[in-house]
Amino acid sequence: MNNKNHEPLFHVSKRDALPWQKAWAIRGAAILAALIVCGVITMITTGDNPISIYKTIFQGAFGSPRKSWVSCQNISILLLISLALTPAFKMRFWNIGGEGQILMGGLGAAACMICLGDKVPGAVLICLMVVSSLTAGAVWGLIPALFKAKWNTNETLATLMMNYIAIQLVAYYIIKWEVPKGSGKIGIINQNTNAGWLPQLFGMKYLLPIVVAVAATVLMYIYLNYSKQGYEISVVGESENTARYVGIKVETVIIRTMLISGALCGLAGLLLVGGINHTITTTITDGQGFTAVMVSWLAKFNPFAMIFTSFLIILLGRGAGGISTAFGLNQSFADIITGIILFFIIGCEFFITYKISFRKKAGKEETV
Amino acid sequence: MAEKIAAVTLKNVTKTFGKVVANDKVSLSIYKGEVLALLGENGSGKTTLMNMLSGIYFPDEGQIFINGKEVVIASPKDAFSYGIGMVHQHFKLVDVLTATENIILGMEGKLNIKEASAKIREICDRYGFDVDPDQKIYDMSVSQKQTVEIVKVLYRGADILILDEPTAVLTPQETEKLFSVLRNMREDGKAIVIITHKMHEVEEISDRVAVLRKGCYIGEMMTKDTNAAEMTNMMVGHTISLNIERPKPVNPKPRIEVKDVTVRSEDGVVKLKDISFTANSGEILGIAGISGCGQKELLEAIAGLQKVESGSITYIEDDGSTDELLGKDPRKIAEMGVSLSFVPEDRLGMGLVGNMDLTNNMMLRSFRRGHSFFTDRRSPRKLAEDVVKKLGVVTPDLSTPVRRLSGGNVQKVLVGREIASAPTVLLTAYAVRGLDINSSYTIYDLINEQKKAGVAVIFVGEDLDVLLELSDRILVLCGGEVSGIVDGRNADKKEVGMMMTKIGGNSHEQ
Amino acid sequence: MFDIVSFIPRAVSQGIPLLYGSTGEILTEKTGNLNLGIPGVMYVGAISGVIGSFFYEQSGNINGFLAIAIPMLCSLVGSFLMGLLYCFLTVSLRANQNVTGLAMTTFGIGFGNFFGGSLIKLTNSDVPSIALSKTSAYFSKTLPIAGSTGVFGKLFLSYGFLAYLAIIIALLASYVLNHTRIGLHLRSVGESPSTADAAGINVTLYKYGATCIGCMIAGLGGLYYVMDYASGVWSNDAFGDRGWLAIALVIFTIWRPTTSIFASILFGGLYILYLFIPSGIDHMEMKELYKMIPYIVTLVVLVITSMRNKRENQPPASLGLPYFREER
Repeated sequence: MNNKNHEPLFHVSKRDALPWQKAWAIRGAAILAALIVCGVITMITTGDNPISIYKTIFQGAFGSPRKSWVSCQNISILLLISLALTPAFKMRFWNIGGEGQILMGGLGAAACMICLGDKVPGAVLICLMVVSSLTAGAVWGLIPALFKAKWNTNETLATLMMNYIAIQLVAYYIIKWEVPKGSGKIGIINQNTNAGWLPQLFGMKYLLPIVVAVAATVLMYIYLNYSKQGYEISVVGESENTARYVGIKVETVIIRTMLISGALCGLAGLLLVGGINHTITTTITDGQGFTAVMVSWLAKFNPFAMIFTSFLIILLGRGAGGISTAFGLNQSFADIITGIILFFIIGCEFFITYKISFRKKAGKEETV
Repeated sequence: MAEKIAAVTLKNVTKTFGKVVANDKVSLSIYKGEVLALLGENGSGKTTLMNMLSGIYFPDEGQIFINGKEVVIASPKDAFSYGIGMVHQHFKLVDVLTATENIILGMEGKLNIKEASAKIREICDRYGFDVDPDQKIYDMSVSQKQTVEIVKVLYRGADILILDEPTAVLTPQETEKLFSVLRNMREDGKAIVIITHKMHEVEEISDRVAVLRKGCYIGEMMTKDTNAAEMTNMMVGHTISLNIERPKPVNPKPRIEVKDVTVRSEDGVVKLKDISFTANSGEILGIAGISGCGQKELLEAIAGLQKVESGSITYIEDDGSTDELLGKDPRKIAEMGVSLSFVPEDRLGMGLVGNMDLTNNMMLRSFRRGHSFFTDRRSPRKLAEDVVKKLGVVTPDLSTPVRRLSGGNVQKVLVGREIASAPTVLLTAYAVRGLDINSSYTIYDLINEQKKAGVAVIFVGEDLDVLLELSDRILVLCGGEVSGIVDGRNADKKEVGMMMTKIGGNSHEQ
Repeated sequence: MFDIVSFIPRAVSQGIPLLYGSTGEILTEKTGNLNLGIPGVMYVGAISGVIGSFFYEQSGNINGFLAIAIPMLCSLVGSFLMGLLYCFLTVSLRANQNVTGLAMTTFGIGFGNFFGGSLIKLTNSDVPSIALSKTSAYFSKTLPIAGSTGVFGKLFLSYGFLAYLAIIIALLASYVLNHTRIGLHLRSVGESPSTADAAGINVTLYKYGATCIGCMIAGLGGLYYVMDYASGVWSNDAFGDRGWLAIALVIFTIWRPTTSIFASILFGGLYILYLFIPSGIDHMEMKELYKMIPYIVTLVVLVITSMRNKRENQPPASLGLPYFREER
């Protein structure tokens, strides 16, 4: 036995492709385990019993019609941002510059509302807002894409820097446009005229972003899976050499895809500024540019699966917010809970890709 | 000869990867003062078996004895401690480090580069290696890198040496040098295993040969008691003809004219210098040369993937009209109506997308067809079905990622797709590298079929025997220049080998 | 007039947290782990120190040694655990490094603000911050001769011990990376894990070791920020985006801890430059543009290094990729 003591206790090997039902079962189990852990942590911090914790979580997000609407609206925005980032990720372009692209989109919309609010008719104004926010977002996506295409500059870090440049740019304009002078805030824009406020669909306040997100999901799915451009994105993402070999211009695809990605982020910014908040702050994105990275990755870049992952993130975030309110905890509790859930889901991917075999004395294996 | 002592004994060793059984109850002994050739087709489990000795893989079942004592080799470190050193086919070197740093990597004790360099020089002197200890790996040639690998193993005082296809990247001259070093080591009493599938090397260097087939141990014999035919039979299981068909070219006409092409790499190194030749329709033009002397750049220049400094590459139509290919990317070339197919060296990294399924890979060439915004999936699917049926691709279904297929099947998918577009020019780079004999012959047949159909084939190969049997003409490259063009039917292997190392071969000396 | 004598000490104290963060991240990246969780780790390092210090101050009598040891130990443990979590997910479970890092940043900042907020509530204070002036005094204590040596003292001696420790750690990290066997092994793991593995180097151990130590170093940056720079005042979100700047610094210095010493001070200077450039009361918005400078500069450096494309200046070859020995 002596010379056997450093035989590995277990052994890891790659699985054959797992049927998707089983893969989702593993993910489901991970989410369940995470919920239990979160429940236990909440129980320790609040002293409440687990069942009522989950009830509070659910009520925090869907406790009243208004809460449900707000949750759906938040899901839509997060989903839209995730969809925006997805084509870039499929191309293996780590666009973590969503924050900046959204802010720039928002800034574009806000600029139109403030500078042109009383000069042009409402419909024209809204058209101009759409154009300017999509363009601003697209430009913010284009800059790192150009660097990447031309000199293979690391895009993760370039987009990250672009975020902070955008934040400072917004901060600059906020002080420039502040109302009243010296407050350091813009306040609700065009409160009296409502100029540039995006229209309500069927008189329902929260419906517009939801409709936009649903449409974007379907379109993005079709674009990625059935269009020639979507196919090019996949090929470039898998292997740039192969792409060049079949005559795909990698640089063009990178630039085109980041224009789309940035423009969609800009659209999210437009909805946030023109449709929901009617103002702009440097924190209007609330870190969703980063959260969306995870939403998109967790869904394996599948637009329809993203509906579920963004639902999950918002449910937990708002649910934990509900708990914070109910028990007088700090609002950051939501971030901790979200973090824990993410760790579990990130970790569970391992069990989908790999299997662990435990070694027994006789050399036989039991596979888990 | 005194009684042989077994340095290593493997008993009933089994290793599986998922559903694939790489080694099935293999038992084998390796003796001191002897060179053992481990022979087998690709995928027969030679490398896997040896990787278990060097600690890269851990056996699922079975026992390993070193000098008669049972041992557990759980890591490369364990392997070193038992005196086992392996030179891998893919060099395990860190590019940005120096030779010395690479050689002492993983060893313990205080870091003393000077002392280590001195010891390395000493080893080099003893065996006649030529290595600069302070040179960075990324500045080295392939054979220098291999030397570093062997010195690394010797530095650690290994007495069981495993070499995985060491000659694949060497010229005949370099191979000869390596073999003489190996003979020296054998005299030193070291146990040496050389993995190969080249018969003449087995006959030249080994004392004993062991054969694996499909992961199973088939048998072993003394090299002097056997011959190539017997070994081939053991390797493939049934007798196959070693002759490659070579039909006479029908009505050859110039198809591609390459004139004074010069290519520089990004860092300014001249890769091709004033290359000129003509490739004819209905003919196979073989390209011989040591690896890395411009074959890749030449093919990529023709295919529109390589920036060319000067010269011209002209495509000549049947009616005599010409088109310039230089300065155009693959898409432009295709749009000009030139049907050019290219089977690149790097199959999964360039020719195919490993993570995509067969259908999607078939689409790579054709997805732009039509004016629709959307892709057409029906015809590639049909093509995938045809290729699978016609070329006998072994795959569970059409939606399997090609990365999961074996090397031969991957190549069949790639070649199948490339010839499906009815090309007039077919470029192939190392089309049979890593393939077993049966798959290799399938590929030769496909290439010959294209030749008969009037395609101008440019075949870059590494095995001179194959080049000499398959090609109508052979262009020999040496250091990026044309060393000479010989007739495939009358060429002498030795002469071609010499031309590979020296412009014009030895003709000047005569 | 630009007051260089008061500018430099402030630039240094702004730069020290960045130096800790970048030294830690360099070690981590040298083994091929791109840890985007550094901002979160620095928050955790800071809040753990604050928690330790808070409860120690509550206990009554303060002893100089413990006032430093307890917060420091808490900070190190907190950031070590974060490093362990990152390694478990990315090395043992081979999860995507970008996603794991971002999740850690979400978690870490949430963790910091949650406990920070809870402590603030415990103290029932009117302002949204906690002041730990007693323990902090020990952290920001300068050399006794600093005051009497004029400009020299002000420029070089006027910092708390953590500032000097940061420089020592950076020099030490540079020495270990370039002149020891551990450093050689560490670099080889980041360049080519399969090669290192074949050479008998325990890749997992090196990745865990370097990442956890890197996180602990980065965590000290958070600790320095609250206990010295901010004089023991914790307020939520005050640490800001310094963690991201630290990651930017790694690129800026091309993975060299010694360069990082100067570069971090430069960044610190750029961060506060707006305070020293007269912009007038009428143009408060200009200061926001000055704050943009460090990011633009990093972006420019990032682009320039990628343009020049020198072999030695490239990121570790396996950066961001998980390693699995039996990959076929």
